[in-house]
Amino acid sequence: MSSKQSPRRQFLKNGAALAGFAAGAISSGSGKLFAADTPAAGAEALHAYGARSHFEDDVRMGRIAMWPVVPGVQRDYGFRSPLQDSIGIITPAPLHFIISHGHEPPDINPREHRVMIHGMVDRPLIFTLDEIKRLPSLSRLHFLECHGNSATSGPTGDPRKAPNATVQETHGLTSCSIWTGVPLSVLLSQVGVQKGASWIVAEGTEEGKHTKSIPLEKAMDDCLLVYGQNGEALRPEQGYPLRLLVPGWQGINNVKWLRRIYVVDQPYMGMMESTKYPSVRLDGKSRWFESEMGPKSVITRPSGGQQLSARGFYEITGLAWSGGGAIRRVEVSADGGRTWKDAQLQEPIARKAHTRFGLPWTWNGEETVLQSRCTDDQGHVQPTLAELAKFWGVDMDYFRLPPTTADMGNLNAIQPWRVSRDGSVSNALL
Amino acid sequence: MRYFNFSLALAVVAVAGCAAAFAQAPSYANLGRTATKEEIQAWNQSIGPQGKELPPGSGTAKEGEKIFTEKCAVCHGPGGEGSQLAPRLVGGRGPLNSPTPSRTLANYWPFATTIWDYINRAMPPKQEGSLSASDVYALTAFILVRNEIIPETQVIDAASLPKVKMPNRDGFTPQRLQDIHDLRARGCTAGHCP
Repeated sequence: MSSKQSPRRQFLKNGAALAGFAAGAISSGSGKLFAADTPAAGAEALHAYGARSHFEDDVRMGRIAMWPVVPGVQRDYGFRSPLQDSIGIITPAPLHFIISHGHEPPDINPREHRVMIHGMVDRPLIFTLDEIKRLPSLSRLHFLECHGNSATSGPTGDPRKAPNATVQETHGLTSCSIWTGVPLSVLLSQVGVQKGASWIVAEGTEEGKHTKSIPLEKAMDDCLLVYGQNGEALRPEQGYPLRLLVPGWQGINNVKWLRRIYVVDQPYMGMMESTKYPSVRLDGKSRWFESEMGPKSVITRPSGGQQLSARGFYEITGLAWSGGGAIRRVEVSADGGRTWKDAQLQEPIARKAHTRFGLPWTWNGEETVLQSRCTDDQGHVQPTLAELAKFWGVDMDYFRLPPTTADMGNLNAIQPWRVSRDGSVSNALL
Repeated sequence: MRYFNFSLALAVVAVAGCAAAFAQAPSYANLGRTATKEEIQAWNQSIGPQGKELPPGSGTAKEGEKIFTEKCAVCHGPGGEGSQLAPRLVGGRGPLNSPTPSRTLANYWPFATTIWDYINRAMPPKQEGSLSASDVYALTAFILVRNEIIPETQVIDAASLPKVKMPNRDGFTPQRLQDIHDLRARGCTAGHCP
């Protein structure tokens, strides 16, 4: 199987090869382990902080958004993670999906960074990053997912529905990391939350200072202030030096570059949460604060744009996750949904984290459709698109409309991939 | 004296250990310093639907038009009609019961306080924080007047802004803010709300 090579991707590959050459790396086939003339600076850089092999070329993929914020500078709607090449359950930080609502990461000196917790508290406090790091830390595996991931509506609806869509285009707005930090409940205990408080408002440091209201109950339950991702400091685009983690909930809650937590008695209705993230029902009413991401899975190999090279053995593998808890079961169908088999779940299986599944499969060379469905430990089963349509009170033609502005998020429908007789794999959602 | 302090410290550690065993949060002495009133005021930009944090100042649409023409029109269009660079702020009214609902400020936004909050924290891009409180009141008044949500001469300030009812305020479910937090009571299940 090989990944579809877009012109952009091919360009990036060539660019990476050129960069490798410039840094003194040798090209393959020379038979030498090290080039005799490798500049010391290049080798030093490689040893001090490792780079991946220049043969590895998957990158995040951006999509041009509706409005450039600054004339002439295109704002990007979101950078998608290359799930088709994902290995295991950890997303390398440099490939973790990014949504920053068009804002670039601020350049924050961690020694100068402060977080204020105030509002309906007994002792409003300001913490340095060093003080937060002095608290007992913990590490947890958690996925993040944009509520618009896999949506058929909105600005990226068309590429998501296209027959030639890759899993990066259909599902690339989710990633999974091992996050390190401190429970938000510990800091809230330090400040002493007052009676009558019921929400927090978290705020970032970037231009535009994104805010998100989160129920106090969730804040006290399992939210974390994290400074570590996969064993190192957060990357700038992931909120360096400190971000909020709200496990299992829509990505918008996970405020990056966190600078303030305001304890209040109602949701504060920031611009994003009150005007951009609600979904509009057909009767015109909008659902807001849908918050939790439902059970979802997707086959990452074989997936859209890939090519089966010959009939014979393949492992069907993919990722499953749920904002409701741990994944208990993943079933895979390799015959268009007629029969389903239990896939093997790989350890570790953590709550609100990606779980890797696999099922041995022999392709007989005939056309077929592959799909996966997961069940979480609450007993909730990933729905088909038809089941979601029924829940939303729409017919299947609704999903075939040009990208709508209703913004039906949290779309966790089963994803079918069609394998053609020539071995090509395509998107069979609609 | 030194010995006395040492045993006291031990006792504190023992008590803290007991507390932890009973799943109560231990106290982390000397972590975090008290935020002063001035610091809180300087940092706190959040304006909720009640508007209780709104600062002194006021503005009218007439004053707002001048500022809008100077600082906003280049992206949002001379009359707030929007452009390739920035969304429409005026107009776009129409029924929402459609697959392509118009989600403009006038047609969709539930709270007028959000307009103030967002202008104040995010506008204009690259010059956030450059507008005075009265500038923001005036711009908010201008947008509300152009959308025919308030009368042309109405003064917008900390008292009047939270009372402005946006056309789509009742278009959300659940409607009451105090009902939003409880996903279960709302009938939400497995990532979907009714």
